[in-house]
Amino acid sequence: MAGELKIRVNEQVHSITADPNTPLLYVLMNDLELQGPRFGCGLAQCGSCSVLLNGNEIRSCVTPVSAVVGKSVTTLEGLPAWYAKQEKLPSVPALHPVQQAIIDEQAVQCGYCFNGMIIQAAALLSKTADPSEAQIRAVMNGHLCRCGSYPRVIQAIERAARRMKASIGRTTSDLRAQEMPAVEVVR
Amino acid sequence: MSKAVSCSLFRRREFLKTGGALIIGFSLRDTMAIAGEAQQDAARGSTAGPPDPKQIDTWLAIHSDNTATVYIGYVELGQGSTTSLLQVSAEELDLDMSQVRTVRLDTNITPNQGGTYSSSSIARGSPAIRTAAAEARQALLEMASKKLGAPVERLVVSKGVVAVGGSAGQSQSVTYGELIGDKFFRLAFTGKTPVKPVSEYKLVGTRPPRNDIPDKVSGKYVYLQHVRLPGMLHGRIVRPRGQTAYGSGARVANLDEQSIAHVPGARVLRKGDFVGVVAEREWDAVRAARDLKINWDIPAILPGSDGLYEAMRAAQTSDRVVLERGNVDRALAAAAHVASGHYCAPYQAHAPFGPNGALADVQADSALVICSTQDVYATRNTLAGLLGLPPQKVRVQYYEGSGTYGHSCYDDVAQAAAILSQLAGRPVRLQFMRWDEHGWDLYGPAHVGEVRVAADASGKLVAYQYDGWHHNWSAVETSAQLALGTPAAEWRDGAAQMVNPADCGGMYEVPNVRLMNHHVPGGNYLRGAWLRSPLDLAFSFASEQTIDDLARQAGIDAYEFRKRNITSDRWMGVLDAVAQASKWADTPRPPASRVSDAKVAAGRGIGLGTHLTSYGGAVAEIEVNRETGQVRVRRMYGAIDAGLAVNPAFIENQISGQLVQTVSRMLVEEVTFNKTNVTSLDWNSYPILRFEQCPEVVPICVQRLDQRSTGAGEEAMAAAAGAIACAFFDATGIHIREFPLTPNRVLAALKRA
Ligand code: FES
Ligand code: FES
Repeated sequence: MAGELKIRVNEQVHSITADPNTPLLYVLMNDLELQGPRFGCGLAQCGSCSVLLNGNEIRSCVTPVSAVVGKSVTTLEGLPAWYAKQEKLPSVPALHPVQQAIIDEQAVQCGYCFNGMIIQAAALLSKTADPSEAQIRAVMNGHLCRCGSYPRVIQAIERAARRMKASIGRTTSDLRAQEMPAVEVVR
Repeated sequence: MSKAVSCSLFRRREFLKTGGALIIGFSLRDTMAIAGEAQQDAARGSTAGPPDPKQIDTWLAIHSDNTATVYIGYVELGQGSTTSLLQVSAEELDLDMSQVRTVRLDTNITPNQGGTYSSSSIARGSPAIRTAAAEARQALLEMASKKLGAPVERLVVSKGVVAVGGSAGQSQSVTYGELIGDKFFRLAFTGKTPVKPVSEYKLVGTRPPRNDIPDKVSGKYVYLQHVRLPGMLHGRIVRPRGQTAYGSGARVANLDEQSIAHVPGARVLRKGDFVGVVAEREWDAVRAARDLKINWDIPAILPGSDGLYEAMRAAQTSDRVVLERGNVDRALAAAAHVASGHYCAPYQAHAPFGPNGALADVQADSALVICSTQDVYATRNTLAGLLGLPPQKVRVQYYEGSGTYGHSCYDDVAQAAAILSQLAGRPVRLQFMRWDEHGWDLYGPAHVGEVRVAADASGKLVAYQYDGWHHNWSAVETSAQLALGTPAAEWRDGAAQMVNPADCGGMYEVPNVRLMNHHVPGGNYLRGAWLRSPLDLAFSFASEQTIDDLARQAGIDAYEFRKRNITSDRWMGVLDAVAQASKWADTPRPPASRVSDAKVAAGRGIGLGTHLTSYGGAVAEIEVNRETGQVRVRRMYGAIDAGLAVNPAFIENQISGQLVQTVSRMLVEEVTFNKTNVTSLDWNSYPILRFEQCPEVVPICVQRLDQRSTGAGEEAMAAAAGAIACAFFDATGIHIREFPLTPNRVLAALKRA
């Protein structure tokens, strides 16, 4: 039966009226009108609906809304603020370094999967400042991309790690570019 | 009333919701400009299209703030084509990239340029847009000439500021915006104004970034799945899990409406055998569809994926000679080396990452449908037929969904949404579930190919024969089939549905050729439609392996063998590009000449192929684990020559995606089905490539400044498929007869050998 629930999303508490078993995704999309988490499979298989719950990536399509009461949900929209808080930055940047790196790498094709890619990569870099390529692949493995953007996503995560290191004094080893420099042959 | 929600109202709403970043430059523009533009928008959106292509105003508008809107008849599918078409327009208008933008497709607003098919956006779109922009510029120069009192020949333009050549003073210049700002040109589009010569290009051929990416990473981008209509219901369809044979559809045996009585506000809607549910809240629609008790009558007439190729090969086909030249039989009989093989390719799914959705508001005498079609005008026509309305009374608006790679369920979902809205008497938002999209896709058809190729003792090709079996594309969407009982029908043989001469020997110089198409009637098979590079992967998989077999027989390196048989410099260009990038010639050797018994065998392959236009080349470096049957693609090189590359960076990104997607299709993708239903219903039963399996990729854009632009959205895939198959042959000495190269299939092939 539908009842009132209070959930904390992007540091704001929202009162919503919903059946407690409603998957969090539908509440985020329809009640809170957020555009980050989005429907992909509803089966926890693809990562389209990913959000952070207390800083860990979860699949909002299979998480009942009642399960997040008393916890903190961060969506793509709230990621820069979440990052600023984590790193104790004086102000909230416009974008999380992963988002900026994805723009710099022009990694996007259709872009639909990038909500999950960015959420998971941000979670990864918050825990492992200096991930190896194998670690990146392993952590990202549950995120699918139908357009085949994987090589550039790996590059973007490596770039973001370098940038975060530079800006907040972390260490990172030499990172190898995944996609070799493109060659443009003019004939 | 949602019908009154016009295109511009949508824009304003998003503008408010997203803080203004949706349209490039929008937030910087003064309110006067917005008001003027809104007036023009209202005039544009008020009547049913297509707008007259013979009017300049159909193609572009210049605003008072000296920016331009270009009306493009192609959809953005994540390939950057709207940015490239803006590059083309900005080039001709002498504007900066920050001064141009476009709008979404809308049958009340944008011109009808045909669908976004066969990587056609740049090839077919840019000539019209380029010429219209050149003509608008000419008209603006004439206005400026009067204003400035100087002849047109003396005027120069930069960033939309027209000045008298040689003078730098303020008084001697005027902007486009001042000349025409938000007024219609009211000029006929003659198509005769000369366009800029390539040598004067400043923007075309450069690499401005894509204009959609910033909003796509911030969450501000509005995908179809985000659009809502006032007063709408949420809908879901109810169908058998996994599609049935195309020719037989599915019949409702019984349906218990009471079974969803526990779901608040949920209703069953039914028309014929079309069944759906609607509810106020989305989750209630989802669970109503899940809980509805329904039984179906489904005939067991599918061949099943296990018996597929035998059934196709045994079918009563209608046969057609696609190409015949010389005397193949005589040449085959006399040749020094002959290679032949029988190859099979499965059904593969579009499987967009986000399932298709659509919104519809169907009224008694009109309808608004919002969906992700690749062709708004074609969709309008089918919807009009389905709803019994004249096409002019149906408005179709495009919003981008996730990448579709051809004809996925976007028309089916649009039809289904329209039927639900008509039955509900309310606007309906319909979202396909994962199993709807996977299970009721119009798959890329399965294919059986038989190849015979011959060479003389020196390695010159003398004969090429290809026989191909497959069914055509389905012409009727499932929703119409179920709701109206529309009988199944196939498209007629068309270019991308028949043996493709470009892939089947077309890159080589061969005197004797015979290409035969064997059309298998589609009724007892699955639904089919074009899937990125339709059938081409299958052609090159078969063809390039056979070429390598000849190279092996002749004792010639695979790259060298191809060079000897190519005369076209376009094909040679892509072949050389991938060979050089992969340092192929450092270790020349015939294919499969270094097969070892090691547990993990490494191999490399080179392949050529394309879709209809353009030229694709690829090299694959793979490893085959003889014990587990695992194939690992380590690295892929891919090159496309698509003529003049408007934005080489976008082509590189396209190639990169094509290489990864081809590895996915060659290694893991296969639609499975039994005698009644498809059983590939999600990402577990229809896996795609993952991060851990992804190869390194090296994309190469071959820039041809002197050639007209052709497609680049799919033209490396066939080559890549051929290269992977050849690499397997090189590693193991065995031809793999079917893809995908799953461990079971690989182990079976290794055992047979
Ligand atoms: S939508 Fe949640 S994992 Fe796919
Ligand atoms: S970019 Fe299209 S699904 Fe990943």
